[in-house]
Amino acid sequence: MGDARGAAARLLVVDDNKVNRLLLTRSLEMQGHSVASAENGRVALEMMRREPFDLVLLDMEMPEMDGFQVLEQLVVDRRLRDLPVIVTSSLEGIANVVRCIELGAEDYLTKPVNPVLLKARIGASLEKKRLRDQQKELVRRFATPEVAQDLQDSGFSLGGKLVHATVMFSDIRDFTSLAESQPPEETIELLNTYYALMFDAIAGHGGVVTVMMGDGLMSVFGAPVPLPDHEESAVRAAQEMIELIDLFGRERQAAGKPPIRIGIGIASGEMVAGYTGTNERATYTCIGDTVNLASRLETHTKVALRPILIDDATRSALSDRIAVLPLGPVPFKGKAAAVEVFAVDPAPQR
Amino acid sequence: MTAPTIDRATFDALQETTGAEFARELVDTFLEEAPAMLTDLRDALAAGDADRFRRAAHSLKSNSLTFGALALGAMARELELGGLASAQGGSGPPLAALVDEYSRVAAALSGLRHG
Repeated sequence: MGDARGAAARLLVVDDNKVNRLLLTRSLEMQGHSVASAENGRVALEMMRREPFDLVLLDMEMPEMDGFQVLEQLVVDRRLRDLPVIVTSSLEGIANVVRCIELGAEDYLTKPVNPVLLKARIGASLEKKRLRDQQKELVRRFATPEVAQDLQDSGFSLGGKLVHATVMFSDIRDFTSLAESQPPEETIELLNTYYALMFDAIAGHGGVVTVMMGDGLMSVFGAPVPLPDHEESAVRAAQEMIELIDLFGRERQAAGKPPIRIGIGIASGEMVAGYTGTNERATYTCIGDTVNLASRLETHTKVALRPILIDDATRSALSDRIAVLPLGPVPFKGKAAAVEVFAVDPAPQR
Repeated sequence: MTAPTIDRATFDALQETTGAEFARELVDTFLEEAPAMLTDLRDALAAGDADRFRRAAHSLKSNSLTFGALALGAMARELELGGLASAQGGSGPPLAALVDEYSRVAAALSGLRHG
Protein backbone atom coordinates (compact mmCIF):
# COMPACT_ATOMS: atom_id res chain seq x y z
CA MET A 1 0.00 0.00 0.00
CA GLY A 2 1.23 3.43 -0.84
CA ASP A 3 1.84 6.20 1.61
CA ALA A 4 -1.13 8.54 1.58
CA ARG A 5 0.81 11.74 2.09
CA GLY A 6 0.83 12.94 -1.48
CA ALA A 7 3.09 10.06 -2.41
CA ALA A 8 2.41 7.15 -4.69
CA ALA A 9 -0.74 5.18 -4.06
CA ARG A 10 -2.20 2.22 -5.89
CA LEU A 11 -5.33 3.37 -7.72
CA LEU A 12 -7.99 1.67 -9.81
CA VAL A 13 -9.73 3.53 -12.63
CA VAL A 14 -13.07 2.06 -13.72
CA ASP A 15 -14.62 3.41 -16.92
CA ASP A 16 -16.12 1.72 -19.97
CA ASN A 17 -15.11 4.59 -22.23
CA LYS A 18 -11.59 4.19 -23.53
CA VAL A 19 -10.85 7.91 -23.93
CA ASN A 20 -11.95 8.60 -20.35
CA ARG A 21 -10.02 5.64 -19.03
CA LEU A 22 -6.79 6.62 -20.78
CA LEU A 23 -7.11 10.25 -19.80
CA LEU A 24 -7.78 9.59 -16.14
CA THR A 25 -5.02 7.00 -15.95
CA ARG A 26 -2.60 9.45 -17.54
CA SER A 27 -3.52 12.27 -15.12
CA LEU A 28 -3.05 10.01 -12.12
CA GLU A 29 0.22 8.59 -13.34
CA MET A 30 1.49 12.12 -13.84
CA GLN A 31 0.64 12.74 -10.19
CA GLY A 32 2.95 9.89 -9.29
CA HIS A 33 0.43 7.14 -8.62
CA SER A 34 0.47 3.61 -9.86
CA VAL A 35 -2.73 2.94 -11.78
CA ALA A 36 -4.65 -0.11 -12.97
CA SER A 37 -7.85 0.12 -15.00
CA ALA A 38 -11.02 -1.86 -15.62
CA GLU A 39 -13.65 -1.42 -18.35
CA ASN A 40 -16.70 -2.36 -16.30
CA GLY A 41 -17.91 -2.93 -12.74
CA ARG A 42 -17.66 -6.70 -12.84
CA VAL A 43 -14.00 -6.67 -13.88
CA ALA A 44 -13.29 -3.95 -11.33
CA LEU A 45 -14.77 -5.96 -8.44
CA GLU A 46 -12.71 -8.99 -9.44
CA MET A 47 -9.57 -6.87 -9.36
CA MET A 48 -10.43 -5.29 -6.00
CA ARG A 49 -10.95 -8.74 -4.49
CA ARG A 50 -7.65 -9.95 -5.92
CA GLU A 51 -5.24 -7.13 -5.10
CA PRO A 52 -5.17 -4.25 -2.63
CA PHE A 53 -5.97 -0.72 -3.81
CA ASP A 54 -5.81 2.55 -1.89
CA LEU A 55 -8.55 4.26 -3.86
CA VAL A 56 -11.01 3.63 -6.69
CA LEU A 57 -12.18 6.12 -9.31
CA LEU A 58 -15.53 4.87 -10.49
CA ASP A 59 -17.63 5.75 -13.52
CA MET A 60 -21.39 5.22 -13.18
CA GLU A 61 -22.69 4.42 -16.66
CA MET A 62 -21.18 1.08 -17.64
CA PRO A 63 -22.36 -2.10 -19.34
CA GLU A 64 -22.47 -5.48 -17.50
CA MET A 65 -22.28 -3.91 -14.04
CA ASP A 66 -22.69 -0.20 -13.51
CA GLY A 67 -21.19 2.03 -10.82
CA PHE A 68 -24.26 1.90 -8.57
CA GLN A 69 -24.09 -1.88 -8.50
CA VAL A 70 -20.38 -1.73 -7.66
CA LEU A 71 -21.07 0.64 -4.75
CA GLU A 72 -23.83 -1.68 -3.51
CA GLN A 73 -21.46 -4.64 -3.58
CA LEU A 74 -18.70 -2.76 -1.78
CA VAL A 75 -20.95 -1.75 1.13
CA VAL A 76 -21.72 -5.35 2.02
CA ASP A 77 -18.15 -6.57 1.58
CA ARG A 78 -16.33 -6.38 4.91
CA ARG A 79 -12.93 -6.34 3.31
CA LEU A 80 -13.75 -3.71 0.74
CA ARG A 81 -16.28 -1.42 2.34
CA ASP A 82 -13.66 0.98 3.70
CA LEU A 83 -11.96 1.32 0.34
CA PRO A 84 -12.50 4.96 -0.66
CA VAL A 85 -14.37 5.50 -3.92
CA ILE A 86 -14.47 8.74 -5.86
CA VAL A 87 -17.21 8.76 -8.46
CA THR A 88 -16.21 10.34 -11.76
CA SER A 89 -19.23 10.77 -13.93
CA SER A 90 -20.95 13.06 -16.35
CA LEU A 91 -24.35 11.74 -15.26
CA GLU A 92 -26.88 14.52 -15.16
CA GLY A 93 -28.93 15.32 -12.13
CA ILE A 94 -28.27 15.96 -8.47
CA ALA A 95 -30.29 12.83 -7.59
CA ASN A 96 -27.50 10.67 -9.01
CA VAL A 97 -24.87 12.46 -6.94
CA VAL A 98 -26.96 12.01 -3.81
CA ARG A 99 -27.48 8.33 -4.58
CA CYS A 100 -23.72 7.79 -4.93
CA ILE A 101 -22.95 9.51 -1.65
CA GLU A 102 -25.69 7.54 0.09
CA LEU A 103 -24.17 4.35 -1.24
CA GLY A 104 -20.89 5.26 0.43
CA ALA A 105 -18.97 7.10 -2.27
CA GLU A 106 -16.44 9.45 -0.75
CA ASP A 107 -16.69 12.15 -3.36
CA TYR A 108 -18.19 13.02 -6.75
CA LEU A 109 -16.29 14.61 -9.61
CA THR A 110 -17.95 15.69 -12.83
CA LYS A 111 -16.29 14.73 -16.09
CA PRO A 112 -14.26 16.04 -17.76
CA VAL A 113 -12.34 15.96 -14.51
CA ASN A 114 -10.30 19.01 -13.63
CA PRO A 115 -6.76 17.75 -12.84
CA VAL A 116 -6.16 20.18 -9.98
CA LEU A 117 -9.48 19.29 -8.35
CA LEU A 118 -8.73 15.61 -8.95
CA LYS A 119 -5.41 15.87 -7.18
CA ALA A 120 -6.92 17.66 -4.18
CA ARG A 121 -9.79 15.17 -3.83
CA ILE A 122 -7.48 12.18 -4.11
CA GLY A 123 -5.10 13.66 -1.55
CA ALA A 124 -7.98 14.23 0.89
CA SER A 125 -9.39 10.75 0.33
CA LEU A 126 -6.07 9.02 0.83
CA GLU A 127 -5.43 11.03 3.98
CA LYS A 128 -8.81 9.99 5.34
CA LYS A 129 -8.08 6.39 4.50
CA ARG A 130 -4.74 6.64 6.30
CA LEU A 131 -6.44 7.95 9.45
CA ARG A 132 -9.08 5.23 9.23
CA ASP A 133 -6.40 2.56 8.86
CA GLN A 134 -4.61 4.04 11.85
CA GLN A 135 -7.79 4.00 13.93
CA LYS A 136 -8.49 0.42 12.91
CA GLU A 137 -4.94 -0.54 13.86
CA LEU A 138 -5.37 1.06 17.30
CA VAL A 139 -8.64 -0.74 17.91
CA ARG A 140 -7.10 -3.98 16.71
CA ARG A 141 -4.24 -3.56 19.14
CA PHE A 142 -6.54 -3.05 22.11
CA ALA A 143 -9.36 -5.43 21.36
CA THR A 144 -10.18 -8.81 19.94
CA PRO A 145 -10.97 -8.95 16.22
CA GLU A 146 -14.68 -9.47 17.03
CA VAL A 147 -14.80 -6.39 19.22
CA ALA A 148 -12.83 -4.36 16.71
CA GLN A 149 -15.37 -5.34 14.07
CA ASP A 150 -18.26 -4.41 16.36
CA LEU A 151 -16.74 -1.01 17.09
CA GLN A 152 -16.37 -0.40 13.39
CA ASP A 153 -19.88 -1.64 12.60
CA SER A 154 -21.37 0.67 15.21
CA GLY A 155 -19.40 3.51 13.70
CA PHE A 156 -17.83 4.38 17.04
CA SER A 157 -21.08 6.06 18.01
CA LEU A 158 -21.06 7.64 21.43
CA GLY A 159 -23.81 6.65 23.81
CA GLY A 160 -24.35 3.95 26.35
CA LYS A 161 -26.55 1.03 27.18
CA LEU A 162 -27.21 -1.23 30.13
CA VAL A 163 -25.34 -4.50 29.77
CA HIS A 164 -24.82 -7.62 31.84
CA ALA A 165 -21.10 -8.29 31.93
CA THR A 166 -18.06 -9.13 34.03
CA VAL A 167 -15.42 -6.57 34.99
CA MET A 168 -11.86 -7.33 35.96
CA PHE A 169 -9.30 -5.10 37.68
CA SER A 170 -5.70 -6.14 37.97
CA ASP A 171 -2.44 -4.54 38.98
CA ILE A 172 1.08 -5.28 40.08
CA ARG A 173 1.72 -5.65 43.82
CA ASP A 174 4.21 -3.19 45.31
CA PHE A 175 4.87 -1.72 41.90
CA THR A 176 5.89 1.69 43.19
CA SER A 177 8.73 0.37 45.34
CA LEU A 178 9.75 -1.92 42.49
CA ALA A 179 9.86 1.04 40.12
CA GLU A 180 11.93 3.08 42.56
CA SER A 181 14.51 0.33 42.92
CA GLN A 182 15.43 0.09 39.24
CA PRO A 183 16.34 2.40 36.33
CA PRO A 184 13.32 3.98 34.60
CA GLU A 185 13.95 2.29 31.25
CA GLU A 186 13.84 -1.08 32.98
CA THR A 187 10.48 -0.18 34.51
CA ILE A 188 9.04 0.72 31.13
CA GLU A 189 10.40 -2.49 29.64
CA LEU A 190 8.87 -4.44 32.50
CA LEU A 191 5.51 -2.73 31.94
CA ASN A 192 5.62 -3.48 28.23
CA THR A 193 6.22 -7.18 28.85
CA TYR A 194 3.56 -7.21 31.53
CA TYR A 195 1.01 -5.54 29.25
CA ALA A 196 1.81 -7.88 26.37
CA LEU A 197 1.23 -10.92 28.60
CA MET A 198 -1.96 -9.56 30.17
CA PHE A 199 -3.48 -8.40 26.88
CA ASP A 200 -2.82 -11.80 25.43
CA ALA A 201 -4.58 -13.62 28.27
CA ILE A 202 -7.52 -11.18 28.35
CA ALA A 203 -8.11 -11.06 24.59
CA GLY A 204 -7.61 -14.83 24.41
CA HIS A 205 -10.68 -15.27 26.58
CA GLY A 206 -12.82 -12.70 24.78
CA GLY A 207 -12.19 -9.73 27.07
CA VAL A 208 -11.46 -6.14 26.12
CA VAL A 209 -9.04 -3.92 27.97
CA THR A 210 -10.83 -0.62 28.51
CA VAL A 211 -8.43 1.24 30.78
CA MET A 212 -4.66 1.13 31.28
CA MET A 213 -3.31 3.28 34.06
CA GLY A 214 0.25 2.87 35.26
CA ASP A 215 0.44 -0.79 36.18
CA GLY A 216 -3.35 -1.11 36.49
CA LEU A 217 -5.69 -2.62 33.95
CA MET A 218 -9.46 -2.65 33.71
CA SER A 219 -11.07 -5.07 31.31
CA VAL A 220 -14.57 -6.13 30.52
CA PHE A 221 -16.01 -9.47 29.37
CA GLY A 222 -19.42 -9.59 27.67
CA ALA A 223 -19.45 -6.06 26.25
CA PRO A 224 -19.52 -4.45 23.75
CA VAL A 225 -20.02 -7.88 22.18
CA PRO A 226 -22.14 -10.33 24.21
CA LEU A 227 -20.11 -13.28 25.43
CA PRO A 228 -21.80 -16.44 26.74
CA ASP A 229 -20.15 -17.49 30.03
CA HIS A 230 -18.50 -14.08 30.46
CA GLU A 231 -18.05 -14.83 34.19
CA GLU A 232 -16.12 -18.02 33.56
CA SER A 233 -14.17 -16.45 30.68
CA ALA A 234 -12.98 -13.68 32.98
CA VAL A 235 -11.95 -16.13 35.70
CA ARG A 236 -10.09 -18.31 33.23
CA ALA A 237 -8.32 -15.24 31.86
CA ALA A 238 -7.33 -14.37 35.45
CA GLN A 239 -5.90 -17.84 36.00
CA GLU A 240 -3.91 -17.55 32.80
CA MET A 241 -2.64 -14.13 33.83
CA ILE A 242 -1.35 -15.52 37.13
CA GLU A 243 0.26 -18.44 35.33
CA LEU A 244 1.98 -16.16 32.81
CA ILE A 245 3.20 -13.84 35.57
CA ASP A 246 4.62 -16.85 37.45
CA LEU A 247 6.57 -17.91 34.37
CA PHE A 248 7.73 -14.35 33.80
CA GLY A 249 8.76 -14.11 37.48
CA ARG A 250 10.88 -17.23 37.19
CA GLU A 251 12.62 -15.74 34.16
CA ARG A 252 13.30 -12.58 36.10
CA GLN A 253 14.64 -14.49 39.08
CA ALA A 254 16.99 -16.40 36.79
CA ALA A 255 18.28 -12.99 35.67
CA GLY A 256 18.77 -11.93 39.30
CA LYS A 257 15.71 -9.64 39.42
CA PRO A 258 12.86 -9.72 41.91
CA PRO A 259 9.71 -11.57 40.71
CA ILE A 260 6.47 -9.65 40.31
CA ARG A 261 3.09 -10.52 41.67
CA ILE A 262 -0.35 -9.30 40.62
CA GLY A 263 -3.75 -9.03 42.22
CA ILE A 264 -7.02 -9.50 40.36
CA GLY A 265 -10.59 -8.56 41.35
CA ILE A 266 -13.62 -9.73 39.38
CA ALA A 267 -17.31 -8.80 39.69
CA SER A 268 -20.34 -9.47 37.50
CA GLY A 269 -23.69 -7.77 37.01
CA GLU A 270 -25.41 -4.91 35.28
CA MET A 271 -23.46 -1.86 34.26
CA VAL A 272 -23.71 1.07 31.91
CA ALA A 273 -21.37 0.55 28.99
CA GLY A 274 -20.61 2.78 26.06
CA TYR A 275 -18.28 5.23 24.45
CA THR A 276 -17.67 8.39 26.39
CA GLY A 277 -15.69 11.40 25.44
CA THR A 278 -15.90 13.69 22.46
CA ASN A 279 -15.90 12.90 18.79
CA GLU A 280 -12.16 13.54 18.74
CA ARG A 281 -11.25 11.35 21.65
CA ALA A 282 -13.44 8.64 23.05
CA THR A 283 -13.00 5.52 25.05
CA TYR A 284 -15.12 2.49 25.82
CA THR A 285 -16.13 2.57 29.47
CA CYS A 286 -18.22 0.66 31.98
CA ILE A 287 -19.71 2.39 34.98
CA GLY A 288 -21.67 1.20 37.99
CA ASP A 289 -21.62 -0.62 41.32
CA THR A 290 -20.32 -3.80 39.72
CA VAL A 291 -17.29 -1.90 38.44
CA ASN A 292 -16.61 -0.36 41.85
CA LEU A 293 -16.90 -3.77 43.49
CA ALA A 294 -14.36 -5.32 41.11
CA SER A 295 -11.95 -2.52 41.97
CA ARG A 296 -12.48 -3.05 45.71
CA LEU A 297 -11.94 -6.79 45.34
CA GLU A 298 -8.67 -6.16 43.55
CA THR A 299 -7.49 -3.93 46.40
CA HIS A 300 -8.64 -6.55 48.90
CA THR A 301 -6.24 -9.15 47.40
CA LYS A 302 -3.48 -7.42 49.41
CA VAL A 303 -5.35 -8.13 52.63
CA ALA A 304 -6.68 -11.56 51.74
CA LEU A 305 -3.30 -12.65 50.38
CA ARG A 306 -5.07 -14.41 47.53
CA PRO A 307 -4.27 -13.38 43.94
CA ILE A 308 -7.79 -13.75 42.51
CA LEU A 309 -10.93 -12.57 44.32
CA ILE A 310 -14.45 -12.70 42.88
CA ASP A 311 -17.96 -11.71 43.98
CA ASP A 312 -20.94 -14.00 44.49
CA ALA A 313 -22.54 -13.16 41.13
CA THR A 314 -19.41 -14.34 39.33
CA ARG A 315 -19.03 -17.42 41.51
CA SER A 316 -22.58 -18.64 41.05
CA ALA A 317 -22.14 -18.62 37.27
CA LEU A 318 -18.99 -20.73 37.29
CA SER A 319 -18.91 -24.39 36.36
CA ASP A 320 -17.63 -26.75 39.06
CA ARG A 321 -14.39 -27.21 37.13
CA ILE A 322 -13.11 -24.07 38.83
CA ALA A 323 -12.16 -24.46 42.48
CA VAL A 324 -13.46 -21.64 44.68
CA LEU A 325 -12.89 -20.95 48.38
CA PRO A 326 -15.44 -18.84 50.30
CA LEU A 327 -13.73 -16.19 52.44
CA GLY A 328 -16.92 -14.96 54.11
CA PRO A 329 -18.44 -11.48 54.15
CA VAL A 330 -16.18 -8.46 53.87
CA PRO A 331 -17.32 -4.88 54.58
CA PHE A 332 -16.32 -2.59 51.71
CA LYS A 333 -16.25 1.17 51.66
CA GLY A 334 -19.37 2.49 49.93
CA LYS A 335 -21.31 -0.74 50.43
CA ALA A 336 -24.14 -0.79 52.95
CA ALA A 337 -23.93 -4.54 53.55
CA ALA A 338 -20.88 -6.75 53.76
CA VAL A 339 -20.09 -8.58 50.51
CA GLU A 340 -19.47 -12.30 50.18
CA VAL A 341 -15.98 -12.76 48.77
CA PHE A 342 -14.55 -15.85 47.12
CA ALA A 343 -10.98 -16.76 46.25
CA VAL A 344 -10.27 -18.63 43.06
CA ASP A 345 -7.57 -21.25 42.99
CA PRO A 346 -5.00 -19.69 40.65
CA ALA A 347 -4.07 -23.05 39.12
CA PRO A 348 -6.57 -23.98 36.42
CA GLN A 349 -8.01 -27.51 36.60
CA ARG A 350 -6.88 -29.47 33.58
CA MET B 1 -25.80 27.26 -31.69
CA THR B 2 -22.64 29.29 -31.93
CA ALA B 3 -20.25 27.10 -29.98
CA PRO B 4 -16.97 26.56 -31.83
CA THR B 5 -16.19 23.17 -33.35
CA ILE B 6 -13.16 22.88 -31.10
CA ASP B 7 -12.58 25.21 -28.18
CA ARG B 8 -8.86 25.87 -28.41
CA ALA B 9 -8.43 26.76 -24.77
CA THR B 10 -9.78 23.36 -23.72
CA PHE B 11 -7.71 21.49 -26.26
CA ASP B 12 -4.52 23.40 -25.40
CA ALA B 13 -5.07 22.75 -21.70
CA LEU B 14 -5.46 19.04 -22.46
CA GLN B 15 -2.18 19.04 -24.40
CA GLU B 16 -0.44 20.98 -21.71
CA THR B 17 -1.53 18.87 -18.77
CA THR B 18 -1.10 15.46 -20.37
CA GLY B 19 1.68 16.09 -22.90
CA ALA B 20 1.49 16.55 -26.68
CA GLU B 21 2.38 12.96 -27.41
CA PHE B 22 -0.36 11.61 -25.14
CA ALA B 23 -2.92 14.11 -26.48
CA ARG B 24 -2.21 12.79 -29.98
CA GLU B 25 -2.82 9.20 -28.85
CA LEU B 26 -6.01 10.28 -27.13
CA VAL B 27 -7.29 11.98 -30.30
CA ASP B 28 -6.55 8.79 -32.24
CA THR B 29 -8.46 6.74 -29.70
CA PHE B 30 -11.44 9.09 -29.92
CA LEU B 31 -11.44 8.97 -33.73
CA GLU B 32 -11.40 5.18 -33.52
CA GLU B 33 -14.18 4.93 -30.93
CA ALA B 34 -16.56 7.72 -31.94
CA PRO B 35 -17.92 6.11 -35.16
CA ALA B 36 -19.11 3.16 -33.06
CA MET B 37 -20.95 5.59 -30.76
CA LEU B 38 -22.69 7.18 -33.75
CA THR B 39 -23.64 3.74 -35.05
CA ASP B 40 -24.92 2.89 -31.58
CA LEU B 41 -27.08 6.01 -31.56
CA ARG B 42 -28.53 5.20 -34.98
CA ASP B 43 -29.17 1.53 -34.13
CA ALA B 44 -30.68 2.36 -30.77
CA LEU B 45 -32.97 4.90 -32.39
CA ALA B 46 -34.07 2.36 -34.99
CA ALA B 47 -34.63 -0.31 -32.37
CA GLY B 48 -36.33 2.08 -29.96
CA ASP B 49 -33.79 1.11 -27.27
CA ALA B 50 -33.95 4.12 -24.96
CA ASP B 51 -31.27 2.93 -22.54
CA ARG B 52 -28.70 2.22 -25.21
CA PHE B 53 -29.52 5.52 -26.89
CA ARG B 54 -28.97 7.48 -23.72
CA ARG B 55 -25.71 5.67 -22.95
CA ALA B 56 -24.28 6.28 -26.42
CA ALA B 57 -25.25 9.96 -26.26
CA HIS B 58 -23.72 10.15 -22.80
CA SER B 59 -20.36 8.72 -23.95
CA LEU B 60 -20.25 11.01 -26.95
CA LYS B 61 -21.03 14.03 -24.79
CA SER B 62 -18.38 13.13 -22.25
CA ASN B 63 -15.62 12.64 -24.84
CA SER B 64 -16.58 15.71 -26.88
CA LEU B 65 -16.18 17.92 -23.83
CA THR B 66 -12.76 16.41 -23.13
CA PHE B 67 -11.44 17.71 -26.47
CA GLY B 68 -13.31 20.98 -26.38
CA ALA B 69 -15.83 19.90 -29.05
CA LEU B 70 -18.44 22.07 -27.36
CA ALA B 71 -21.08 22.11 -30.11
CA LEU B 72 -20.99 18.33 -30.52
CA GLY B 73 -21.04 17.94 -26.74
CA ALA B 74 -24.09 20.20 -26.46
CA MET B 75 -25.96 18.27 -29.16
CA ALA B 76 -25.13 14.93 -27.56
CA ARG B 77 -26.24 16.28 -24.20
CA GLU B 78 -29.63 17.28 -25.65
CA LEU B 79 -30.07 13.74 -26.94
CA GLU B 80 -28.96 12.25 -23.61
CA LEU B 81 -31.48 14.32 -21.67
CA GLY B 82 -34.26 14.25 -24.27
CA GLY B 83 -34.00 10.56 -25.05
CA LEU B 84 -35.38 8.87 -28.14
CA ALA B 85 -38.24 11.34 -28.56
CA SER B 86 -35.87 14.30 -28.91
CA ALA B 87 -34.21 12.70 -31.94
CA GLN B 88 -37.55 11.66 -33.51
CA GLY B 89 -38.52 15.12 -34.66
CA GLY B 90 -38.72 16.37 -31.09
CA SER B 91 -36.86 19.21 -29.43
CA GLY B 92 -33.41 17.76 -30.03
CA PRO B 93 -31.12 17.97 -33.05
CA PRO B 94 -31.70 15.40 -35.77
CA LEU B 95 -29.13 12.65 -35.86
CA ALA B 96 -27.91 13.81 -39.25
CA ALA B 97 -26.90 17.18 -37.78
CA LEU B 98 -24.94 15.37 -35.10
CA VAL B 99 -23.14 13.25 -37.69
CA ASP B 100 -22.28 16.40 -39.68
CA GLU B 101 -20.90 18.10 -36.59
CA TYR B 102 -18.85 15.02 -35.80
CA SER B 103 -17.29 15.18 -39.30
CA ARG B 104 -16.23 18.76 -38.61
CA VAL B 105 -14.83 17.78 -35.20
CA ALA B 106 -12.92 14.83 -36.68
CA ALA B 107 -11.38 17.05 -39.36
CA ALA B 108 -10.46 19.74 -36.85
CA LEU B 109 -8.93 17.25 -34.43
CA SER B 110 -6.93 15.61 -37.23
CA GLY B 111 -5.62 19.04 -38.14
CA LEU B 112 -4.68 19.87 -34.55
CA ARG B 113 -3.13 16.44 -34.15
CA HIS B 114 -0.69 17.18 -36.95
CA GLY B 115 -0.25 20.78 -35.92
